[in-house]
Amino acid sequence: MLNDITLGQYFPGNSLLHRLDPRAKLILSLVYIVTLFLCSGPISFAIMAGLLTVAVILSQIPFFVILKSLRPILILLLITTIFNLFYMQEGTVLLQLWILRITDYGLYNAFFLILRIVLLITGTFVMLTYTTSPIMLTDAIESLLSPLKKFHVPVHELSMMMSIALRFIPTLIQETNKILSAQKSRGANFDSGSLFARARALVPVLVPLFVSAFRRAEELAVAMESRCYRGGSGRTRLRVLKFKKCDYCVLIVSLTVIILAVIARYTISFGMLP
Amino acid sequence: MTETIMRVCNLSHTYNAGTSLTHSAIHDVNFELYQGEILGIIGHTGSGKSTLIQHLNGLLSPSSGTVSFRGEDIHSSKQTLHDVRFHVGLVFQYPEHQLFEETVFKDIAFGPRNMGLSESEIESRVLEALEAVGLSSSVLEKSPFELSGGQKRRVAIAGVIAMQPNVLILDEPTAGLDPKGCASILRHIKEYNQKTGASIIIVSHSMEDIAAMADRIMVMCGGTNELIGTPNEIFSQVEILQKAGLVVPQVTAVIKALCDRGLPLDTALYTVEDACNAILGLMNREVPYAE
Repeated sequence: MLNDITLGQYFPGNSLLHRLDPRAKLILSLVYIVTLFLCSGPISFAIMAGLLTVAVILSQIPFFVILKSLRPILILLLITTIFNLFYMQEGTVLLQLWILRITDYGLYNAFFLILRIVLLITGTFVMLTYTTSPIMLTDAIESLLSPLKKFHVPVHELSMMMSIALRFIPTLIQETNKILSAQKSRGANFDSGSLFARARALVPVLVPLFVSAFRRAEELAVAMESRCYRGGSGRTRLRVLKFKKCDYCVLIVSLTVIILAVIARYTISFGMLP
Repeated sequence: MTETIMRVCNLSHTYNAGTSLTHSAIHDVNFELYQGEILGIIGHTGSGKSTLIQHLNGLLSPSSGTVSFRGEDIHSSKQTLHDVRFHVGLVFQYPEHQLFEETVFKDIAFGPRNMGLSESEIESRVLEALEAVGLSSSVLEKSPFELSGGQKRRVAIAGVIAMQPNVLILDEPTAGLDPKGCASILRHIKEYNQKTGASIIIVSHSMEDIAAMADRIMVMCGGTNELIGTPNEIFSQVEILQKAGLVVPQVTAVIKALCDRGLPLDTALYTVEDACNAILGLMNREVPYAE
């Protein structure tokens, strides 16, 4: 039941996107997200979809994996569609169902909203989480946030906490599966009964899970201390992030895209959205 | 001893079938478990032992093949699958990690309560199970989390024994315990077997443990059961065991080395006591030295 979590999973590989500096990818993703929200109208969305297609091809990630990553947000998409269809009442009426009516304006809006969400999810997955290992990602965050150290923000500690949390997600999933099986062997029933009964049935799983999480945390803390871990100051790293030529290219492209998007947003009116 | 209680037929299991992560864990496993016997399953890490035992109480469903309990396929209906969980008790590796209740009593009672038994029946079963694992009733009102590691392990095993299963399966019951704790747990399992007549499957990679306990031994290698037979039959086939990445009990290795040097000893000796007697027997006689 917990095997189909693809959200935020890293796919090892050696494509161009995999080899980019994680900081460049992080900036690229941020630019991509902001640009998506500046987009309005078919032409700008087409450009973004085109850029994403290029990224997908460069990443060499199989297409079905990307499709699978959209499965968890299906319900969100459905709800968004329904609300948008019936909330927007302006425009020409296409279909009238009792007091509900669907207008061309609502349809248009719903379509682009969905497109925006899908582009947002697949884009950040392909450009960031699928092609960047969690360790690289936290390194990048630490590096980009390091100016905050001047204001006594514990940047290193925060990124270490993130790395550890990410590292233990698979372990916890494994542990959960094991405890589920063990309690099922003792006749626990997780699949039937009222909502309340099902929630109660989770107690025999959650208690051991918390106990083991605390045990692990303590063991890890002891292991780190016994290897003289003292936090960030004066610590050198095994992998030092270094910008290469293609990373600078990515930065220049991202900056160009966002500047163009801003200019386009406030000068040319592509679509019919305000 | 000849009545079959469980039968596994051509059992295969493939994880993540149809995806890029597809992995065949076990294939073509065939064996029978007799009423009242202790069957030891040994095998290297990744040989499919854990996958196999999770099929025996229906936690995993086979990709192909069948598992039957008392002649009935356990997957034939929802009811049989539900019932088999109580007839075939499965104790996982490090079972102490599954304790969750406030008191030892409540934790052991979890299984019997799921069976829908009466309060008085639950209480008598908890007490019996506690005795079967060698704990005193003074721990009953304690929190399971304040017990020692060995005691927690016993409480967890008692939690399964309290369901009074006809088949008790234990995955590495002695892993991580000190030698004294190991011996004690194995002794209680053996006693439980003799007292109740339940069949027992012990999964282990410790040859010594298995040799001392089991009536029959099954060797898992590369996802299938390579050998099955009495300890005598199994330990005399040192070469096959070594191919499966297993080591014979140390005593057997010593005896084998002595045989290779020309001493007329039986190679299938696997307990220290038997080996001791055999060697003493030889020493009283004229010993023909090979070199």
